[in-house]
Amino acid sequence: MSEVAKAGPKPSRRKLLVYAPLGVAAAAGLGFWAMLRGLQDGSFNPRGVPSALLGKPPPDFALPALESSGLPALASADFRGMPGPVVVNFWASWCPPCIIEHPHLMALQRQGVPVWGVNYKDRARDAQAFLTRHGNPYARLGVDKPGRVAIDWGVYGVPETYILDRNGIIRWRFAGAITPELMAQDIQPLIRRLSAR
Amino acid sequence: MKIFLMPSDAGRAHRRAWLRRVFPSLGHKFRLAAPAALRPDLGGGFWLLALLLLLSAPAFAQIGDTTYRLRDPEQETRAREIGKELRCLVCQNQSIEDSDAPLARDLRRIVREQVELGASNELVIRFVHERYGDFVLLRPPFRWSTLLLWATPALALLGGIFAIWRSRRQANTTGIGPLELTEAERKRLAILQGDQKA
Repeated sequence: MSEVAKAGPKPSRRKLLVYAPLGVAAAAGLGFWAMLRGLQDGSFNPRGVPSALLGKPPPDFALPALESSGLPALASADFRGMPGPVVVNFWASWCPPCIIEHPHLMALQRQGVPVWGVNYKDRARDAQAFLTRHGNPYARLGVDKPGRVAIDWGVYGVPETYILDRNGIIRWRFAGAITPELMAQDIQPLIRRLSAR
Repeated sequence: MKIFLMPSDAGRAHRRAWLRRVFPSLGHKFRLAAPAALRPDLGGGFWLLALLLLLSAPAFAQIGDTTYRLRDPEQETRAREIGKELRCLVCQNQSIEDSDAPLARDLRRIVREQVELGASNELVIRFVHERYGDFVLLRPPFRWSTLLLWATPALALLGGIFAIWRSRRQANTTGIGPLELTEAERKRLAILQGDQKA
């Protein structure tokens, strides 16, 4: 019998064959665990679509103002010659995640970061009621009722948030409601970095 | 995760202005195309095509939305061809032609507006690609970053062929050991055979 055993693969290779599937399973498990963790803190979004506009200036546009708000309107010309970075937020009064993320926009505004808004496919009355009820973080507010400017930006739903540097180049984009983790890990550090330069 | 969209209700004039802005090169075509689009083409060919389209209803059953169907069947077919190449970003496993999401509806409308103005398929697809990136293309472009994606089937096939070749070679050479019996084995065999005979 011992002669038959010697004729098979070398013991080291057999060991490898036993451990290879285990190794693959361990690697897959690790990857899965990382994905789940990312899902929890918002750093991983399986449905997230990377923006095609990163590193580019925003498209040419000129949106009307929300008249009742008294806020200035928003146009691509406003992104020229800014003193620092700016946050651009696409929102609507009919969008529940917009209510959830709203306190973070208010916090940015209190911090002195300019937050510019685009009100997406909304009724003027509803948009105004939203700002009256939840507070207004926006220093500028454009109204995009047909949603065409949003398409030019590559927006595929609200809320969506962009950070532009002082030269008006899009540096960061997030599709979905801003979370406390996102504020601490992405938004605040990026704004600090862009302000410093 | 999010995605709450509401139907758009843009004025026609507004859309035209938007198209003119994003598509300055089509300005001349736009002016020429407008009266043509208003003129109904009711020749015999049209009715025949309309009948054919009616008869082929199941093929087009997936698009429930007829709001933005183009009058010219040829243009409509082209618009559908383009739409089938574009992924709906809200329901991500459907094309914009198959999806009921409001964003897909907006994009279908944009595709049709541009087709009506005479934009080529490539131009329309590029327009959407510039805004939404590679993700929007249901057929990913061939480039260095997507090389592995495209090469995977060929690599898998080559890997399989290699594995078969290797295992065969092993079976032929080392797998079952030397074919000649050693002296000790021959003796043992003779004893075993002798036992059977006895």
